[in-house]
Amino acid sequence: MSQCGDCRSCAPAGVLEFPAQTGTPRAVAVIGPPNSGKTTLFNRLTGLRQKVANFPGVTVEQHTGVAELPDGRPLQMIDLPGIYSLSPRSEDEQVAYDVLNGLRPDTPKPEAILLVLDSTNLGRHLMLAAPILALGIPTLIVLNFADDLRRRAGKLELTALSAELGAPVVLISARQGEGIGRVFDFLAGALPKPAPKQLPILQDVPKCREWAGRVGAEARYRAPLPPAWTRRLDCIFLHPVAGPLIFLLVVAGVFETIFVAGGPVTDWVQSLFDRSGSWLGAMLPHSVLTSLLLDGIWRGVGSVVKFLPQVLLLFLFIGILEDSGYLARAALIADRTMARVGLQGKSFIPLLSAYACAVPAIMATRTIENKRDRIATILIAPFMTCSARLPVYTLVIPAFLPNRGLLGPFTQAAAMLGLYVLGFVVAVITAKVLKSSVLKSGRTPFLLEMPSYRWPTFQSLGLRLVDRSKVFLRRAGTVILLAMVVLWLAENLPTQNGHAPAIESSLAGTIGRTIEPAIKPLGFNWRIGIGLITSLAARETIVGTMATIYGMEPDTQKMDMQKALHADLTAGGAVALLIFFAFAMQCFSTVAVVRRETGGWKWPAFQFAYMGALAYAGAFIAFHLVG
Amino acid sequence: MQLSGNSSGSPVPETAPVLATLMDLGRGDAAILEHIELPGDDARRLMELGFLPGARVTAGLSAPGGDPRVFQVDGSEIALRRETARRVKVRRDKKTSRPK
Repeated sequence: MSQCGDCRSCAPAGVLEFPAQTGTPRAVAVIGPPNSGKTTLFNRLTGLRQKVANFPGVTVEQHTGVAELPDGRPLQMIDLPGIYSLSPRSEDEQVAYDVLNGLRPDTPKPEAILLVLDSTNLGRHLMLAAPILALGIPTLIVLNFADDLRRRAGKLELTALSAELGAPVVLISARQGEGIGRVFDFLAGALPKPAPKQLPILQDVPKCREWAGRVGAEARYRAPLPPAWTRRLDCIFLHPVAGPLIFLLVVAGVFETIFVAGGPVTDWVQSLFDRSGSWLGAMLPHSVLTSLLLDGIWRGVGSVVKFLPQVLLLFLFIGILEDSGYLARAALIADRTMARVGLQGKSFIPLLSAYACAVPAIMATRTIENKRDRIATILIAPFMTCSARLPVYTLVIPAFLPNRGLLGPFTQAAAMLGLYVLGFVVAVITAKVLKSSVLKSGRTPFLLEMPSYRWPTFQSLGLRLVDRSKVFLRRAGTVILLAMVVLWLAENLPTQNGHAPAIESSLAGTIGRTIEPAIKPLGFNWRIGIGLITSLAARETIVGTMATIYGMEPDTQKMDMQKALHADLTAGGAVALLIFFAFAMQCFSTVAVVRRETGGWKWPAFQFAYMGALAYAGAFIAFHLVG
Repeated sequence: MQLSGNSSGSPVPETAPVLATLMDLGRGDAAILEHIELPGDDARRLMELGFLPGARVTAGLSAPGGDPRVFQVDGSEIALRRETARRVKVRRDKKTSRPK
């Protein structure tokens, strides 16, 4: 792009007639500043024919889709991240720059560009047109929010703007579907190379803004009136007293729904899998293969799918919050509190959701643009006491802590609360340490744009849910499935006369015995060791594993779980076990999702090791303190 | 809709433009941006959002406790933390602190 440092000399005078070119573009990039409605347009054009992945090696998500032209020809669309400029300083800008210049081997160089700009804020948004037009790729300028512009009495002359920019311009409303046909018409026809009357020096921001202003003036752009409804709503949502109250209500509502409504649905899906599993077990012949199918694969699928209701609920909420514009206000209100631990306002909702489940929480960090803040939020999210820890806590606490003594009937509840606080405190300390060392943001200023309030559309919300479900099921599903099969093999090998071995003589049992010396300092024996290994897949698995182990052992068969556990652990060991579960990252789903969201194994490996080390140290100290 | 900036804090002479920072603006006060005292890339970020020398910036609502605060600039509303707003120098003139 710098080859065009000053294009005043090389740009010919106004070309109004677009030279006809043959051939339809095969790959089209959609680009625009944040809040330009770029993704809404992309959704309109591609609908359900979308694929979502990560650009290899970076945390930037890659949305591609197929748009069908009126004559039936397919067109590959690439949705690029929202950017303010094309000078590659952030990861998002780097990806956009590389894709547009054909520098990424994984993405075809786009043959045309849809530049989406907010027509209600044309002066500033036109600044991005300069570097995009300078690329020399055929470009259609799409001015979005036509409805807003009209309602707020703004206007402009499209032909004059088109003449200034030397590129076709359409005015649309992606949300309402207005003008989408025109976009298709342009894509179906031959888009010319842009021939702007002049371009500013791209590196000079004030010059670019001056240029944008001049172009706007030539097009007789009249900026719309201030968004009256947005101002009015902000007076409520950012009111010194009412604002925080509404914020708390919204937050409590989201949390309550995920936890209280999502929890039972998750249990219901789990029981659906359990029941269908035993039904299938009764139907199928008793064999090793059946066991692999049911205890390995079916259980593995169930362990992923059961989280889907919570994932969908959370993303429905986040979708509504984000599309309506409230998320930016919530982030503003939460910012000061989160800044105390080195994070920012947008980390709040993901961290809160992590109390239900870290998996959707980590997926929700996508709303945090700052990469370091985002990774820090991902790294501390699993410390929040998720719902999978509850079965373990409710098994172990009552086994060792009777509801009497100083706190009477509240003793067990207090212990539970203590574990919640412990997770939170460790998360805060971790965030502080990370943000003052490896993830230090430097002096990068915190900037938060407040978009106008808008009604979310069903299409946008629906596509978002489909999108997140696909990401969750495919990526988490494959890794977890593999892990569950490996786990099944460990529990069922080596076979004894064609039958599965008793768990203590299985591979898992052998591993349990092998690691016993390592976990003895924590007060755990080999049986707990097996439980720890199986709980690597998902925390609550330890409950089932311990039941299997105790059920198999003649001397503990008659005892109930808690009594059996009491025989296996000292009080110190029990506290150590609780602390171990509070800290350790025993959840394949989370590991898989962190790998996906951070674009590699570096951060999940670090996180797993860090949380594991902390769990070990915490359990060690607890065991030796309590004795 | 708000009181003029002159009513809060030190009196501002009506004639000579006075250098202040965005932090000194009360809600509804407007001022003209002079320069940004931040390193190149950070200043560019702000400029891309409309915080350009000569731009008219109006202080808006804020989070509880006054931090971060929303500023209206170039047709957008951008929230800045106190630490950033302090680095943005503005010039008040008598025209800008009139209620809008």
